Amino acid sequence: MIQYGQHQFPGKLFIVEGTDGSGKSTQLALLHQWLKAEGYPVFFSEWNSSPLVKETTKRAKKRHLFTPTTFSLLHATDFADRTERDIIPPLKAGAIVLADRYIYTAFARDVARGCDRAWVRELYRFAVKPTVAFFFRAPLDVAIDRIISARPELKYYEAGLDMGWTDDPEESFKLFQGNILAEYDRMVGEFGLTKIDATRAIEKQQREVRRIIKQHLTGQAATTA
Amino acid sequence: MKQMTFYGTTLSGVEPEPYSGKLIVVEGPDGVGRSTQIANLRTWLEARGHAVLDTGMTRSELAGRGIKEAKTGHTLGRFTMHLFYATDFADRLENQMLPALRAGFVVLTDRYIFSAIARAVVRGADPAWMRAIYGIALVPDAVFYLRIQSARELAERLVISGRGFDYWESGTDMYLGADLYDSFVEYQTQMLNEFEQMTGEYGFQVIDASRPLQRVAADLRRAVARVINRRTPRITPADTTQPTVLQPATGALGEPTSMAQDEQLRDQQGASTQGKGAGLI
Repeated sequence: MIQYGQHQFPGKLFIVEGTDGSGKSTQLALLHQWLKAEGYPVFFSEWNSSPLVKETTKRAKKRHLFTPTTFSLLHATDFADRTERDIIPPLKAGAIVLADRYIYTAFARDVARGCDRAWVRELYRFAVKPTVAFFFRAPLDVAIDRIISARPELKYYEAGLDMGWTDDPEESFKLFQGNILAEYDRMVGEFGLTKIDATRAIEKQQREVRRIIKQHLTGQAATTA
Repeated sequence: MKQMTFYGTTLSGVEPEPYSGKLIVVEGPDGVGRSTQIANLRTWLEARGHAVLDTGMTRSELAGRGIKEAKTGHTLGRFTMHLFYATDFADRLENQMLPALRAGFVVLTDRYIFSAIARAVVRGADPAWMRAIYGIALVPDAVFYLRIQSARELAERLVISGRGFDYWESGTDMYLGADLYDSFVEYQTQMLNEFEQMTGEYGFQVIDASRPLQRVAADLRRAVARVINRRTPRITPADTTQPTVLQPATGALGEPTSMAQDEQLRDQQGASTQGKGAGLI
């Protein structure tokens, strides 16, 4: 079994991480546009995207069937399908793969739900180590404001209501996101995440991201448009 | 009452607590007769007044349907399949087995983590990885391994029973042989080797399943009765780090001598009862 950190592919894998409302998806979309315009073969992959596992996840969320352990395992299943389908083949073909959320999302979220830190890391040992993993860090209050003002209602698992900390969705969401952010912070050193200050202007963040990515694109084939 | 002991990681939100039920695992290869034996055991246990829950792979509310659909399409990647099975297991453990055990049920499970580990390992998964994932499993009160001599014997049984060869049970996804028969024999041989390796590691109680069904059923009933009547030793904190210590010695049931002794004992008891009866007449 080829393990995390051992894969060798001609392609590059760039991923974005951060709490809900950190603006990471916006940054990734801008990056995607830029790389396409530059003529690179780009493949985009997002969290919870396996067609195979989707139905099961949807049903479980609707009927509140998850425990922290099965939530963790089913997301690992989804991620495995995504790795085997959407990540490894394009990387082998020399493409640039962009991923919105990666294994660190699971590490942060599952541990915030009380799963054992070492066990959750073990589940994802088959994952490909990203070329660069960006962590968009927004302070808790900023991220929470962005999400709460943008959504009519917080979802059950998103707000961590399954943990039974409190019945108030907003209160629960804040507690949950606080735990998640603490987990992200400890992963910066552990996994060498590249921290981006997500409170700055979108353009500034994007410039920094592109500057970092450029350093890894020497030797990548780009078809001139 | 016995304290819950897990192989590795404790589940989030689950307090290891004493339980009064019994977790009894029946393991063995495809076609060895596990489900028949479990059905018999269930009837027998219920007749004796025990509440029984039976469960088995892909029978979870959460993931059962998804796995079956994915298998029909033959579209599962290896890692995806291993983790989907682990999801199914965890859901059944938390939502079926643990509640039933707390409520004093005898839980009979058709396969446990061992088949899942064996299937994954013969497909190239790292054995240590699989064991770590399944570290969430509760250490059962007993694991009965229905052992058969060879994969060819299994194949014969399948043919005789009229079931024939199944795509996954033949390991067809692994391209091991020219046809279903060759593939089945090669795949099941590898599976049997994995089970053999786990026998000592997990303290399987081996039951020779090459014998007629009724003989196997009688052995199982006797062994299960012993588990149910067993007084649980108190668990000291030191034991919890080495859950296998709690398992009975390997192969005690599989050794012809101990089995024979057991039958002898029963015969003697039977004979002496009959003797007394005769005396009264």
